[in-house]
Amino acid sequence: MNAYPLRVNGVEHDVVDAWDGENLLYVLRERLGLPAAKAACEQGECGSCSVMVDGRLVCACLVLASSAIDADIVTPEGIQPSAHGELTPVQDAFVSEGAVQCGFCTPGLVMAVHDLLNREPAPSDLAVREALSGNLCRCTGYGRVLAAVNRAAHAAAAAR
Amino acid sequence: MAVLLPTTIDETLAALAATPAALVLAGGTDVMVDVNEGRRRPEHVVCLRRVETLRARSVENGTLVLGAATTYTELLEPEIAAVAPAITDAARTVGSPQIRNAGTIGGNLATASPAGDTLPVLLALGASVEIDGPAGRRRIALQDFLVGPKRSALEPGDLMIAVRIPIRRGPQEYLKVGTRNAMVIAVASLALVVDLDARTVGIGLGSVGPTAFLAAAAAEWLTPRLVWADDRVSLPQAADAATFAGLVAAAAQPIDDHRSTARYRTHAIEVMASRALRRAVQFGAPHRAAT
Ligand SMILES: Cc1cc2nc3c(=O)[nH]c(=O)nc-3n(C[C@H](O)[C@H](O)[C@H](O)COP(=O)(O)OP(=O)(O)OC[C@H]3O[C@@H](n4cnc5c(N)ncnc54)[C@H](O)[C@@H]3O)c2cc1C
Ligand code: FES
Ligand code: FES
Repeated sequence: MNAYPLRVNGVEHDVVDAWDGENLLYVLRERLGLPAAKAACEQGECGSCSVMVDGRLVCACLVLASSAIDADIVTPEGIQPSAHGELTPVQDAFVSEGAVQCGFCTPGLVMAVHDLLNREPAPSDLAVREALSGNLCRCTGYGRVLAAVNRAAHAAAAAR
Repeated sequence: MAVLLPTTIDETLAALAATPAALVLAGGTDVMVDVNEGRRRPEHVVCLRRVETLRARSVENGTLVLGAATTYTELLEPEIAAVAPAITDAARTVGSPQIRNAGTIGGNLATASPAGDTLPVLLALGASVEIDGPAGRRRIALQDFLVGPKRSALEPGDLMIAVRIPIRRGPQEYLKVGTRNAMVIAVASLALVVDLDARTVGIGLGSVGPTAFLAAAAAEWLTPRLVWADDRVSLPQAADAATFAGLVAAAAQPIDDHRSTARYRTHAIEVMASRALRRAVQFGAPHRAAT
């Protein structure tokens, strides 16, 4: 039991009185009050806990939180525009295409889509499917999610 | 639990020498599943995240040297695909982007699961593992490193430094059977590597035995039946392909488990052996090389 620092969405936090074996997802949600990354399988299978650590999309449930000191951690809260009610173009595309049903998978999917479009602004259908293969959704059947990615990519291309 | 974050290989070795019982943590994709489920509760953890040199990748005298903490995503780089395409093919089948961004080649080998995707490929390529620790720096051929189901030759206090892979000119195949194209542990897998210069064939099998292993007898049977040219290899008697696939399947020692039956696994290995051979080798009389 001791304290360690974590930098999340550019803000320094101190994690105090925590067991060093806790995963990052647990620490974000239960200790730092950042509930957007969702907890489901806690074994890397579902992607609902996807966050960026040092620029890489990973499952927060598989990151040992106390080993991530001095890493740059970005959660779904961190990509959210600051103005209340405003959405990122990816989030907006999810809403427009009806890609959100219960919404449990949405934060993880939005992180994965942001990561994909940052690396590859005009991905092929196959690249989109591959990029989302680690994010499970029990509601949508993925069709509307794929449409949302398309829409977001086209919107970004039109804006350029 | 105490977590150490060394930044160099020497610091890592010193930390492990001081607490040989410490658990090495690379990408965490095997370790954290166990920690989350309470199956593992290590006292000491030595984390490799800050040890940049363990992610170094280089080519030295015909050998590809991959730092043990190289991630699957890094294995997809064109520089690696150019010299060892089967490694890239295998890496692409692992888990999901999230898993590939975290999971490492060293973790795959140290876990030593018979289903580890890089294992059959690295066996077929004739790779060896470089280790440092209390017994000193040493290199172990991969087949000797994989000592049993989920057991490697790593001793307490050991650190895997790198994987050394001979660069081989010629076709390479990695085939994997599972229920999905992503996020799937292999039901059965097979790697076939042809070396046009050494005129050898390596065949590695996964998920059909207590460890991944080489189908050496099948490779030995096949080699004298091949006709070698500088840029291709052919199998004059196409019927030999079926015998070869049968020999590979005979080497498999699969079991029934929740993922598949032994019978299906043997069948899958036979189909993959003949498919990989067909892709790598020209069947029928060899074409005369253009002069
Ligand atoms: C959802 C999910 C899907 C997966 N899919 C696949 C798949 O398709 N194919 C597959 O093969 N695997 C798969 N895996 C398993 C896992 O991702 C791989 O085995 C991975 O390569 C482990 O590497 P790591 O860096 O995460 O290892 P860690 O979990 O950090 O470590 C694993 C073991 O290796 C030891 N270790 C790691 N590095 C070193 C080193 N340098 N020196 C000494 N010891 C070391 C650790 O002490 C530990 O015992 C999956 C895992 C998950 C959670
Ligand atoms: S909760 Fe992390 S992948 Fe499912
Ligand atoms: S919208 Fe319900 S899980 Fe995806």
